[in-house]
Amino acid sequence: MGFFEMTKTALRTVLSRPATILYPAQAAKRTPLTRGHIIFDGSKCISCSICQRKCPAQAILLSKEAKSWQIDRFRCVMCSSCVDTCPAKCLSMDPVYTAPASAKGVEVFTITYVKPPKPEKKEEPIQ
Amino acid sequence: MKQEQTIIPIEVGRLIGSVEQFRNEGYRLAQIGCTKVGDNSFEINYSFDKDYVLQNLRITVTAETEVPSITGMYWGAFVYENEMHDLFGIQVKGINIDFKGTFIRTAIRYPFGVSVAKEEKK
Amino acid sequence: MTKQIIVPFGPQHPVLPEPIHLDLVLEDEKVVDVIPSIGYIHRGFEKLVEKREFTEYVFIAERTCGICSFIHGATYCQGIEQIMGIQVPERANYLRTIWSEYSRLHSHLLWLGLYADSFGFENLFMNAWRIRERILDVMEQTTGGRVIQGSCKIGGVRKDISNAKLAEMNRDLDSIKREMEELTTVFLKDDTVIHRTRNVGVISRQDAFHLGAVGPTARGSGVAIDLRKTGYGAYGELDFPVITDSCGDCYSRCLVRCKELFTSVDIIQQAIAKIPDGPVDVKVTGAPNGEFFMRAEQPRGELVHYLKGNGTKFLIRSRIRTPTLTNIPPLVKMLQGCDLADVPVIVLSIDPCISCTER
Repeated sequence: MGFFEMTKTALRTVLSRPATILYPAQAAKRTPLTRGHIIFDGSKCISCSICQRKCPAQAILLSKEAKSWQIDRFRCVMCSSCVDTCPAKCLSMDPVYTAPASAKGVEVFTITYVKPPKPEKKEEPIQ
Repeated sequence: MKQEQTIIPIEVGRLIGSVEQFRNEGYRLAQIGCTKVGDNSFEINYSFDKDYVLQNLRITVTAETEVPSITGMYWGAFVYENEMHDLFGIQVKGINIDFKGTFIRTAIRYPFGVSVAKEEKK
Repeated sequence: MTKQIIVPFGPQHPVLPEPIHLDLVLEDEKVVDVIPSIGYIHRGFEKLVEKREFTEYVFIAERTCGICSFIHGATYCQGIEQIMGIQVPERANYLRTIWSEYSRLHSHLLWLGLYADSFGFENLFMNAWRIRERILDVMEQTTGGRVIQGSCKIGGVRKDISNAKLAEMNRDLDSIKREMEELTTVFLKDDTVIHRTRNVGVISRQDAFHLGAVGPTARGSGVAIDLRKTGYGAYGELDFPVITDSCGDCYSRCLVRCKELFTSVDIIQQAIAKIPDGPVDVKVTGAPNGEFFMRAEQPRGELVHYLKGNGTKFLIRSRIRTPTLTNIPPLVKMLQGCDLADVPVIVLSIDPCISCTER
């Protein structure tokens, strides 16, 4: 007879800890590789705009004139394509997710990188 | 390992006969897919599978060409044919369940077809 | 003649995670005909391919489906690699296989949960998803994403798994396997479950084949199609059976999926034992010029990615034929003649993934 097939599982569940966590009282599960959000380091950015071109969601906008780098967190899909392709290594992926927000908008960062007085060979965009 | 596949270009008139031959030889219809190759030129691939070998019949048509439906041989082909009509505007004649453009409801009529291409050029 | 009435099913329905609409033509409690319609969430991915570089399209291809995302990404990459003639390192092939099988485990467990929910066994639903959570944890630890892995790229994979981690995954799978054995027993032996699924939604072998059924829907009717047998990725070097059952009812489709869970575990363990050391990617230069029909086995069945490039960075066409689209005609056949009360179970038994279907 096929009754009470679940008894074993049910008993074990009663005796063990719950499978869920009390978020947000308890922190969410994270691993070192978790793709949470992009961090931008303005002191290293060479304004090559590769990140803008390589972004599949078109979330990044870089302006050479205004010296600004902006990201639309609502468009970003956390693929970390920009992190992989950035030649200056000014982008990194942080495992913490972005906080919820009540309005859409972009985050603007200023590029503070100054070309060294005696520039070495300028880096060409890598394809 | 490379998956084996061949493409056989045929004319629209020979489509029904060739599909029937595949059906009689025990092939399974894997997919029907449309590709826009020029301003008013579409390639339609009919893919058939048997023992993991893919055979493709290819017809090249314009938006005005009437393509005969193959739902007589493969009843389930209506999903692809309606999709082809709704997205590309291909005129398919004699589908068993003809949704008449309501299978996939899109904001723009025939989004993958000719009319959109004209709008883009403006 | 009995009076016919039409009952709409969906697009919003408790058992449907995604919108599909079925018009059920009823005579008393019997369904005599069904008219399916989709198109509530068409996203136009196939059009987007003309606006994104082929290397970036991997991320978009992956987002076709929220459940079998890795396999979509991997199939797209393999298609492009075939056009461009890129030889992927062996280790990358093995890693793709391992992640694909983890996706299958996670997808089948998700389906088992939803299926239990469809016949009102909510406790079983929670138990299936608890096991699935362990699979997702491994995914996140190795790729950085729970459901959208994003670890595949043209020319290889983006992340390597250390051999120590692989050994840990191997051990972990043994305990997951024990839990799954308990879970599948309920699906296959419990009388209440059997009552709701045996001889419900029957489709014959002949019908399944001619209507183009794929995956567990076809294999449940005895049609042995499993694209993994074409040996893409590392599947050619691994030994696994094609699981079929002959009854063609909901129980058979469930049985096939339950057995496939253990096949997947076996494949992963074989791959972990055989994985060679070495690099995980090669440099890709140039752009694809040519066309290819890349086919792969998704948890729901055969997936076809038709890719056509013209030597520029933008592909002309990416046609994604997902398994659910081709499983709709068999679903229509299954529903004809069933009871209204069985409709949710039958619809769920083909594992519908509507967002996939509409791209």
